[in-house]
Amino acid sequence: MPRLGEKTQYWLLVLPALAIMIAFYIVPVLGIWQISVTEPASGFGNFAKAAQSNAVKTSFVLTFRVAAVTTVGCVLLGYIVAYAISNYAGRLTPLMLALVILPFWVSVLIRSFSWIVLLGRSGLVNDSLRGAGLIDSPLRLMHNEFGVLVAMIHVMLPFAILPMLTNMRGIPDAYVKAARGLGASEWTAFRQVYFPQTLPGVMSGALLVFVLSLGFYVTPALLGGGRVLMISEYITYQIQEFLAWGLGSALSVILLIATALVLLIAARFVNLRNALLERK
Amino acid sequence: MMPVSPFRIFFQTGAWMVTAFLVLPLLVVIPVSLTDTSYIGLPKEHLSLQHYANYFASPDWLKATWTSIWIGTIVATCATVLGTSFAIGCWFLSDRASAIARWVLITPILVPPVVQSLGFYRFWVKLGLIDTSTGVILAHTLLALPYVSISVFAALANLDRNIPRAARSLGASVRQTVMAVIVPAARPGMLTGFVFAFIVSFDEIVGVLFITVRRVTTLPKQIWEGIQDNIDPTIASVATLLVILTLIVTAIGALRRS
Repeated sequence: MPRLGEKTQYWLLVLPALAIMIAFYIVPVLGIWQISVTEPASGFGNFAKAAQSNAVKTSFVLTFRVAAVTTVGCVLLGYIVAYAISNYAGRLTPLMLALVILPFWVSVLIRSFSWIVLLGRSGLVNDSLRGAGLIDSPLRLMHNEFGVLVAMIHVMLPFAILPMLTNMRGIPDAYVKAARGLGASEWTAFRQVYFPQTLPGVMSGALLVFVLSLGFYVTPALLGGGRVLMISEYITYQIQEFLAWGLGSALSVILLIATALVLLIAARFVNLRNALLERK
Repeated sequence: MMPVSPFRIFFQTGAWMVTAFLVLPLLVVIPVSLTDTSYIGLPKEHLSLQHYANYFASPDWLKATWTSIWIGTIVATCATVLGTSFAIGCWFLSDRASAIARWVLITPILVPPVVQSLGFYRFWVKLGLIDTSTGVILAHTLLALPYVSISVFAALANLDRNIPRAARSLGASVRQTVMAVIVPAARPGMLTGFVFAFIVSFDEIVGVLFITVRRVTTLPKQIWEGIQDNIDPTIASVATLLVILTLIVTAIGALRRS
């Protein structure tokens, strides 16, 4: 059989999935771009409106702040876990690994619900503190940025841990041993020899958490109680309450561009292929 | 034994504290689900199974659960067939064009859920798919495809390219080679992909909120509406059942590996 025929046959395997993805996903998402410049009138009116609105500005600043704090929190906490799992071979290490992966399989909705149960006005935390006589009136633990951040870090943590684990498992212990043998303290060997080797894992974990946090809807909407309007909730609000499809679409386009920019900037520090396309 | 350094103490205690932060909040739904009160809180006088009884007696909750299960199964099947075929084709091609195709297929991981749901909504209105299970299945299959394609591709990463070449040179057609040589090698990835796809569909909420109205209600939507309207402990009992199911499946998986 001719060579071309063979290649065509491979493309026939690729095509069904690719075709539906383009027809029913890429096209609808591009449709949002079209709506943003055609409704209610042609032109860039929606973008001008978005640029002038203080509420939009506040929402974007809030979104980036929450995403940044979530990323830093997840990387710091996740690093400790990933380090312990990869470097301390104990009887309990497999258990820790299983416990770290477990929340991954529980839906974001259930995990956010758990935080509502914990942090609500008459939630378990407030109840126990009151029962112990430590406070008189309930603390405000959710429907504010604090509650959103705690729940976001909880939800995103596995996304930070897994890339760091993959990376740390590939690091041979010979370098740290050599450094220790040459007289470096445990801390110096970690800081100067081990840590630099873990940076690729840290970067891909951070990127994943940051990008997912930028567009996150469920947790901020539930824990924020309408008071912490991240951009995804702001868009939904515009469309469901005011039927402002044009403005909502324009904000979606801005959010998409922001996400793309983050990925483009990250591509300088992170191997996107490893971080996204070939993650295990 | 070596003296335990402060360095090691920091990392080990720290790691267990973070693990507790990850796992313990999942368990709070258990005592709450057993409460004898009609609001969210710890049991006051005695433990009660009334909220479980409530779940199993409620046609709405049961129907939503069943809808999520059967939609999830169809989604997982479609996504596994399409995604496996896609990944195998790309593995054979391994050229620039197929690399671009692979990037196209993973866009649903990167596009924010609200943005893609707006897109679905407008497009599904045109197609008449709003509030139909077909609409939900199509949307969820698209969202699940990246995970199947990634895991099948990972399974094929270690496959020696000379093996299919040998099959071809011995006279097997492309079809025969794929079915007899590649698919068996891809099977672990297909299984992972199937499970991922089912869970993506079973947990998906934002898309469903946009593209369904009254007729189609999945379990996440039922939970979402329960949280929004009046939080009653039935949600805690559903959450407990799901968390325990996850625990059992994880434990079985861990035991089988060890």
